[in-house]
Amino acid sequence: MSGQPEGGHLVDVAAAPTATGQPMVKAEQVWKSFGKLDVLKGIDLEVMPQQTYVLLGPSGGGKSTLLRCINHLEKINAGRLWVGGELMGYRQRGAVLHEMKARDVARQRSLVGMVFQRFNLFPHMTAIENVMESPIHVQHVPRKQADKEAEELLRRVGLGEKLDTYPAQLSGGQQQRVAIARALAMKPKLMLFDEPTSALDPELVGEVLDVMKQLARDGMTMVVVTHEIGFAKEVADGVALMDGGVIVESGPPRDVLVNPREDRTKVFLSKVLA
Amino acid sequence: MTIGLNQSLPAGAGVPAPAGTRPEAIKAIPVRHWGRWISAAVVVYLVVALVFSFTRNHNVEWHVVWQYLFKQLTLRGMLLTLELTVIAMVLGAVGGVVLAVMRLSDNPVLSTISWVYIWFFRGTPVYVQILLWGNFGALYYKLFAGLPFTGIVFGSALSSRVIGTFAAAILALGLNEMAYAAELVRAGIISVDAGQQEAALSLGMSPTLTMRRVVLPQAMRVIIPTMGNETISMLKTTSLIAVIGGLELLGRLQVVWSQTFQIMPLIVVACIWYLFWTTILTVGQHYLEAYFGKGFGEKEAEAAERRAERRTLRASVALKQPPHDEGRSR
Repeated sequence: MSGQPEGGHLVDVAAAPTATGQPMVKAEQVWKSFGKLDVLKGIDLEVMPQQTYVLLGPSGGGKSTLLRCINHLEKINAGRLWVGGELMGYRQRGAVLHEMKARDVARQRSLVGMVFQRFNLFPHMTAIENVMESPIHVQHVPRKQADKEAEELLRRVGLGEKLDTYPAQLSGGQQQRVAIARALAMKPKLMLFDEPTSALDPELVGEVLDVMKQLARDGMTMVVVTHEIGFAKEVADGVALMDGGVIVESGPPRDVLVNPREDRTKVFLSKVLA
Repeated sequence: MTIGLNQSLPAGAGVPAPAGTRPEAIKAIPVRHWGRWISAAVVVYLVVALVFSFTRNHNVEWHVVWQYLFKQLTLRGMLLTLELTVIAMVLGAVGGVVLAVMRLSDNPVLSTISWVYIWFFRGTPVYVQILLWGNFGALYYKLFAGLPFTGIVFGSALSSRVIGTFAAAILALGLNEMAYAAELVRAGIISVDAGQQEAALSLGMSPTLTMRRVVLPQAMRVIIPTMGNETISMLKTTSLIAVIGGLELLGRLQVVWSQTFQIMPLIVVACIWYLFWTTILTVGQHYLEAYFGKGFGEKEAEAAERRAERRTLRASVALKQPPHDEGRSR
């Protein structure tokens, strides 16, 4: 049992009131360019609360950039992007947009958890310190309570025995599970996963996917960039194939992944599944 | 131990492949490094010759060296040297962090101020800066506190009263060190993986909090060894204060030899003490590096074990049970 995710609920989404009918993520004609290079060219996207939405596609297609725009790590050049009904990074007064102060952007981000391909754990802190860091310093949760909640979270992702271990001594799969626990500790409304299993040894992919599947079943709203078609088939409510900065095809996984309409999708799937 | 190992592996991986008994180790004649032995012998021969000629050299006047090595005036000078080193380095380190953060800030006002500061203080020799602060009265006879161009003055004082030799030394060494430290800190900050900042920001941490809790502690790992180097360098740079009449180690000895002409023995005294303190600092630097390397090196395992022990102890105290009865071991 030890070292494996314990099962049981990772989050208690049912307890949190969710505004029904309103999308958790809404993108409207989002454009993003780096200099002369257009990376996103008019993205429209809606992710409803408690949905798991998977972004597929070749590298350089704009998937990760879109994810980073959602929590405002990148500023979009045109269009609108809302999370939980709030415009990300801007305040609208009449027809005029005002950039938000760093403090307000930070508040918005604290509701959006993000998991990175390369884990990005804080190497100078132990597993539990990584998880406790933000609740204590951003949300000002009392240390004792934060410690208890962090221990509980780490136990649930199967790392109850690694609380006091530094990231350098954890396997990739264990590090990524700490990273997920760290993001969950902020009690986010939305979780973003940027190729969470791409940097892992093949035999460690399963333990991370298990945690993510559990999260999906618990009703966490998730946007996942991944190449794991199996994961998309099993838990996704919606799938989009991105290439060249546009969404080529989107819909439920049984349509997009099993009976794709677009040739581009067919080509991509045949390569990934080959 | 075997149980613990099996537990951490997935099912099925705990069974090792069958292997025979360990065979006898290879016995071979190691490569002989004759060149090393010969060069070592040559070096030893030369060192012995050098030490012999130095100790037998009458110009060193060893009895004068011994006479002055622990003399009160030497020790007093040494104390001032250490004081100057510590104060200038603290000023330099704190100011350096501030300047580096300013330099990397989005705020163009802060970043420009920092750039100009570093440009000036790195662009002029520290020797010249010491002369500048030491002779500040020649530049501004009086110092005023007030608003420029308005005629409003809250108070004034003679420059020579405000900036004595000690203050001039601190200003010169500290302000100069700030500029160098700023560049070291900046290099340290830049060396931290960009993913760390992104992770911190995505957790809702403000840029300031990110810098303080995530980036700077990791940058310290790179900065501390170089700052140790700077401290060693500073200890020696304090000797330049002699030029404005500072009575640190070299300054005091200089006063003596200007009257007794025992230049060489007193220089040897200075060398001995500078070497002594730089050696101490080198050892200290080693421990600092070990401390700031946590989470990266071998020490982390020990630290983690201590924490785990404390945690188990806390838990068992809370449950009023002895630690070993608890059933879960970390």
